[in-house]
Amino acid sequence: MSSETLPIQTSDDVVRVRQRVRQRSVEAGFSLVDQTKIITAASELARNTLDYGGGGTVTVDMVQMGSKRGLRLTFEDKGPGIADIERALTDGFTSGSGLGLGLSGAKRLSNEFEIHSVVGEGTRVVIARWK
Amino acid sequence: MDRVPILKLGNALLVTIQVDMHDRLATALEEDLSAKIVSSRAKGVVIDISGLDIVDSFMGRMLDNIAAVSRMLDAETVVVGMRPAVAITLVELGLELNGIRTALDLERGMKMIQARLEEGRDRDETLADVE
Repeated sequence: MSSETLPIQTSDDVVRVRQRVRQRSVEAGFSLVDQTKIITAASELARNTLDYGGGGTVTVDMVQMGSKRGLRLTFEDKGPGIADIERALTDGFTSGSGLGLGLSGAKRLSNEFEIHSVVGEGTRVVIARWK
Repeated sequence: MDRVPILKLGNALLVTIQVDMHDRLATALEEDLSAKIVSSRAKGVVIDISGLDIVDSFMGRMLDNIAAVSRMLDAETVVVGMRPAVAITLVELGLELNGIRTALDLERGMKMIQARLEEGRDRDETLADVE
């Protein structure tokens, strides 16, 4: 199924990521609440990629499992990485000026969540939401 | 640069957020609004977010900041027009915006501010009686 990769280098890119995820979630037939959840999760993660990862990319995939359709988003950066992932997933944890809800919030808004990070090499976060 | 327009409506200022906010626009709005509260001696700020299909933690923080700054300048902020899907998503995200008053629509938001003004007037009269 279709796959595309978008850059996340500026705050305007974060807006474009939201718009693209919105289009794709409509195409996937998501309900309004599900659309809102995945767009919000995408917005949080895109901002993390920009603010903490020093920029990166997101790959948007339409996925199908049996009769289920969904959307999978893969955020990748080559930033400093996260030393303590468990702590980074705690509500209120932040290394910047945010509210510290980015990672934990995005996890709650997704059906699947996976994070892989190597200090000094970068971070990859994959989320999926099914219709 | 783009700016979010601020309208004066009686004793209140009305801000309608319709576009996807990026960082610079949000910062400009915070600055414009605080200046306008002082210059217009407004007692209330109504922020209409009915045009927003998502509110992420970045936007949430902006709304929180505006409410906190307005409060210091003796104006009350009421956020109106939140979509149901946005409310559901915000709660799941963990962002309950406890520092912000909300109303379902513009009319109720204006009434809230009007009620606060009348309360203030009664208090002023009581003070005058004591004197």
